[in-house]
Amino acid sequence: MTDAVIECRNVWKIFGDKSKEAHSAVTERGLSKKEILEQYRCVVGVADVSFTVGKGEIFCIMGLSGSGKSTLVRHINRLVEPTAGVIRVANQDVNALEGPQLRQLRSQSVGMVFQNMALLPHRTVIDNVALSLELRGMTRADRHDIALEKLRLVSLDGWGDRYPDELSGGMKQRVGLARAMAADPEILLMDEPFSALDPLIRRQLQEQFLDLSKVLNKTTVFITHDLDEAIRLGTHIAIMKDGRFVQVGTAEQIVTEPVDDYVADFVKGISRLELVSAGKVMQPLADGQSSALFGPSVLATDKLSKLLQVAKEHDGVITVSDGKRPVGVISRYDLLNAVSG
Amino acid sequence: MAECGYLDPFACGKLPLADWMTDGLRWAVDNYRPFFQAVKAPVDSMLLSFTAALGAVPPMVVILVVALVSWQIAGVRLALGLTAILLFVGFIGVWPETMLTLAIVLTSLLFSLALGIPLGIWASRSETLYAVLRPLLDGMQTIPAFVYLVPVVMLFGIGNVPGVIVTVIFAVAPVIRLTYLGMKQVPGDVIEAMRAFGATESQLLWKAQLPLAMPTIMAGVNQTLMMSLSMVVIASMIAVGGLGQMVLRGIGRLDIGIATVGGVGIVALAIVLDRLTQALAKPRKKGEWLSRGPIGLVRSVARTSRTDSAQQLPSSAIKN
Ligand SMILES: Nc1ncnc2c1ncn2[C@@H]1O[C@H](COP(=O)(O)OP(=O)(O)OP(=O)(O)O)[C@@H](O)[C@H]1O
Ligand SMILES: [Mg+2]
Repeated sequence: MTDAVIECRNVWKIFGDKSKEAHSAVTERGLSKKEILEQYRCVVGVADVSFTVGKGEIFCIMGLSGSGKSTLVRHINRLVEPTAGVIRVANQDVNALEGPQLRQLRSQSVGMVFQNMALLPHRTVIDNVALSLELRGMTRADRHDIALEKLRLVSLDGWGDRYPDELSGGMKQRVGLARAMAADPEILLMDEPFSALDPLIRRQLQEQFLDLSKVLNKTTVFITHDLDEAIRLGTHIAIMKDGRFVQVGTAEQIVTEPVDDYVADFVKGISRLELVSAGKVMQPLADGQSSALFGPSVLATDKLSKLLQVAKEHDGVITVSDGKRPVGVISRYDLLNAVSG
Repeated sequence: MAECGYLDPFACGKLPLADWMTDGLRWAVDNYRPFFQAVKAPVDSMLLSFTAALGAVPPMVVILVVALVSWQIAGVRLALGLTAILLFVGFIGVWPETMLTLAIVLTSLLFSLALGIPLGIWASRSETLYAVLRPLLDGMQTIPAFVYLVPVVMLFGIGNVPGVIVTVIFAVAPVIRLTYLGMKQVPGDVIEAMRAFGATESQLLWKAQLPLAMPTIMAGVNQTLMMSLSMVVIASMIAVGGLGQMVLRGIGRLDIGIATVGGVGIVALAIVLDRLTQALAKPRKKGEWLSRGPIGLVRSVARTSRTDSAQQLPSSAIKN
């Protein structure tokens, strides 16, 4: 896979003095997070995680508090050193980078939004946004031009001269966002970037962000607590628990085929209408079966919401086609079953 | 009378600590005198230039500078107060002594900062250094000030320069401690953010850690300054001149007059230095000071005359 922009292979992070011993104990004897804590006084942050994110993809990570999401993304720009495993970003081994190369990666290739914003309190908003540019030596006028443009992007023009303590939580998050994008990095690491925003702005920023990352072809790792957000944004979604990935897949896979109760609990109550496609719920036609069915027809990729629309207007069985030929049928019974889960 | 035994083991003899100290110090004096003399040289030249400068400038100019500076950093009220205090010092006839004491204190402060701030920063990065430094600092702050005088006199002699050296030893502790504290208090997430956006270690220090630690460091500077001032008085016993000398003479001759005048001068100097450094220690937003105080006044006058609306008085600057 050459188009993988971010690649993590068997990454472990164990916090504590005896992390090496703890690591070999887990790999050899398979101790649990709790046992490790009791026997080695070490905290398992990330356990044997592997994944790849391709160019232009948005990889969403979800999981309960303390499941290791923040720790995991910090490996990608090496704010955290792994106990074991390999992290490759843009085809370089991050943990083999020397000082200047690492700094270049951080200031130019990877932008990060922090969960707690982490703005510099002694600097104005515009100087916060321009931070990465300043650190790599751009002149004041140039970096302020760029920073202003990014502030406009998050609708904070006019706030450049203020200090972070004069801003609301949501505004700070937007400053954090602008700061991460200032250097136009090809990779964005976003740790719950929209969590402190009201639904309206959140929605607006999500859409803006989607457009942006499509147009600019950014590669993103996106942490969120909000399944709706993950579904809306994520190319893939990973569900994390106790440092491990329990399931990785598309939104539809996660919602329709949860691997265990933990994931099922996570996706409980989520609306399936925009997720599940006709192809998933139809009764396939056997080969050679008559294709001369009457009634309405939909595509296999159409979602349940579309099916409901169609079903409202026509009685009877709905035909599903792959664009050329009918491939299956959906009865009222199938449809109701699919909607209720 | 006292018999050597289990009940009074102290009568059996004593550890010759005093002799050891005496011998050790003598050995140091005999062998390292050139080194100690070399240490004196930079202190000497710094002190000379301060004394010369403060002695050469007319008193009213000094007062004016203090007034302008305090107006700039703290406001009109402090400027007026400090001016009144300095005028009073001049009128009770201790201006030259006050300037000498000020020169000694400023020299000590400079060396204390040059020593203390880097040490504090270093200690904040090395737990080992801090573990070594801490008991030393505790010791330096609890050992009575007089005790320093003996070795300093033996190594450096008497006079103003050894006075500065003994003052630095006595007063450097707070600035080290508070620099350490200020650096430790810089939020971890700020440091992480700096790193995440590609900061080098020195960018981290200059652009984040030092600015954020500055109010705490300034509190240390203030304490160091106050301790220097108190030490300068004690150091008059090793022939340091200035206000302390007056107080010492007053004690020696039971002359309440001269002791009072000297004491008042010290208090006045303490107030001035304390208020100025405290005003500096208040966290301020960058650039704000440009629009206040005398600089703000000048700037707004310049602006109004440039925009040709000269009727409008720059009243906002005066209010500050
Ligand atoms: N520096 C550290 N030292 C020791 N343990 C740590 C450290 N950082 C994180 N941990 C531990 O690692 C685990 C994962 O923490 P992490 O911050 O990655 O969780 P998270 O999934 O981001 O949670 P949240 O949703 O609350 O942000 C936790 O058990 C935490 O206690
Ligand atoms: Mg987190």
